Amino acid sequence: MIGAEFVALSLPPILIGCLAAIACAIPGNFLLLRRQALIGDAISHVVLPGIVIGFLVSRQVSTWPMMLGAGGAALVAVLLIEVVRRAGKLEPGAAMGVVFSTMFAGGVLLLEQSDTSSVHLDVQHALYGNLESLIWLDATGWASLFDMQALAGLPPELPRMAITCLIVTGVTALLWRPLKLSTFDEGFARALGLPVRALSLALVIMAAMAAVAAFDAVGSIIVIAMFICPPAAARLMTDRLGQQVGLSVVFAAISAVTGYVLAGYGPLWLGFDNSVSAAGMIATMSGLILALAAGFGPRRAPRIA
Amino acid sequence: MQLGLAAQDGRIVASDDGLTAPLAVRGLTVTYGEKPALFALDATFDAGAMSAIIGPNGAGKSTLLKAVLGMVTPVSGTVHAYGQPVREVLDRIAYVPQRATVDWDFPTRVIDVVLMGMARELGLLRRVRQDHRDRAMACLVRVGMEHFAERQIGQLSGGQQQRVFLARALAQGADLYLLDEPFAGVDAATEKAIVAVLKSLRDSGRTVVVVHHDLATVSTYFERALLINTTRVAEGPVATVLTPETLQATYGGRLAHAQLAQILG
Repeated sequence: MIGAEFVALSLPPILIGCLAAIACAIPGNFLLLRRQALIGDAISHVVLPGIVIGFLVSRQVSTWPMMLGAGGAALVAVLLIEVVRRAGKLEPGAAMGVVFSTMFAGGVLLLEQSDTSSVHLDVQHALYGNLESLIWLDATGWASLFDMQALAGLPPELPRMAITCLIVTGVTALLWRPLKLSTFDEGFARALGLPVRALSLALVIMAAMAAVAAFDAVGSIIVIAMFICPPAAARLMTDRLGQQVGLSVVFAAISAVTGYVLAGYGPLWLGFDNSVSAAGMIATMSGLILALAAGFGPRRAPRIA
Repeated sequence: MQLGLAAQDGRIVASDDGLTAPLAVRGLTVTYGEKPALFALDATFDAGAMSAIIGPNGAGKSTLLKAVLGMVTPVSGTVHAYGQPVREVLDRIAYVPQRATVDWDFPTRVIDVVLMGMARELGLLRRVRQDHRDRAMACLVRVGMEHFAERQIGQLSGGQQQRVFLARALAQGADLYLLDEPFAGVDAATEKAIVAVLKSLRDSGRTVVVVHHDLATVSTYFERALLINTTRVAEGPVATVLTPETLQATYGGRLAHAQLAQILG
């Protein structure tokens, strides 16, 4: 399993899965503490029609048209939420729910009707991603990792996801102090003159970048699970924000690796001859980790006010 | 707007004197939706004094602090601190929000909350040095919480939470202190400790403004009072401002005689 075949068939998807999970988990920590965890969910739904339109306009599955489409869709969603909230006199949560499920449904219809059969963009991929197909045909073994020619044949999702993960990590590190402060006490942050709105926006943009990049590789199921499960599990393990974010990264990576391996090889070990969806298994593993943390985590007891 | 208000019942509602005071509010109007929370409010807070902002629920007390700090945008009116627009002098103003506005289950320690008071000075990337920690500890000592520095904030009682918030405000090293109901739901020991800290601030020439809900303690804690109910009812030294007439006007005649007797001593 750890030979040439592993490097070509399993290493890239595992790395992409890890990076996607980590890129989502980091902003997920702050969204969770701000009681906005569903924003990650909303974004991953809302961007679908944007990604499809980006593809239809550019006729290619590449980063910029899809990012632009996703960004446009997010803007439309924000406007629509405002319109629904005012015109329908609905509470913000309900307005969000209506808008993001409708936009996702619209994206699914659009996807079904358009000719995307030549590329990895269809309803199934929107949900489960195409992690298993992100293979590295140029690899002949571990030595290929040092072979420039072979490296050029890596699936483009890998560098894309790596850059996204790097940006999310870097921006979070840079904005750490004001992000923590405005998450804990927004009123005080504003009284200090911190740009609270810009910080919230930066957080949502980070989450959106992670969601769009990850969506393309691993589908919306992982995106939703990864925004919430690793940070929620980490919260139950520690009372320090730094440790929480660090642990959420570890949990995200563990979910991705074990999820991928179990999906690919687990059924074989049990005597079945089909593998199961990697995205589904990764999300399941993250849920399992959360369940364990909820059952045994040292900080799971509700505190008295 | 100002001219119109000046003409209202023949008195000057908006004037320009006192604009160099630690805090000067002129013609402040804030609305939530269509309902005015504050209307054409004037107030001046002097240096070296402890002032109480008093009024019934929904009178706009918290809104006044929020508008002063730019957390809500007024429809009209101006707020000056030390003769400048508040935006320019935010580093001279410390703020203690209502305790209940934050999630005390947040994963952080007491000392980290106090260090948040130095956020402007620390900026984005400056490391927290021993010197910062020492100052934060000194602030905790002032509120009697130095033994709780490493505690997770979720383990604190309400009074302890309030002291930590005050320590954070002290860490801001400001000249003007705005506190929103610091005595709400705290134990007697905490109330005493907070009053002592506020008095020491006043004695060192700082200006202390407190949104206060306990009418019985106004005259013991404060020198000056601002009575509001959406608009200003009375303002001045506690002894002259707290009268049965002004209190009944502020509270819409809902105070019983026994209450009045207790407040007015």
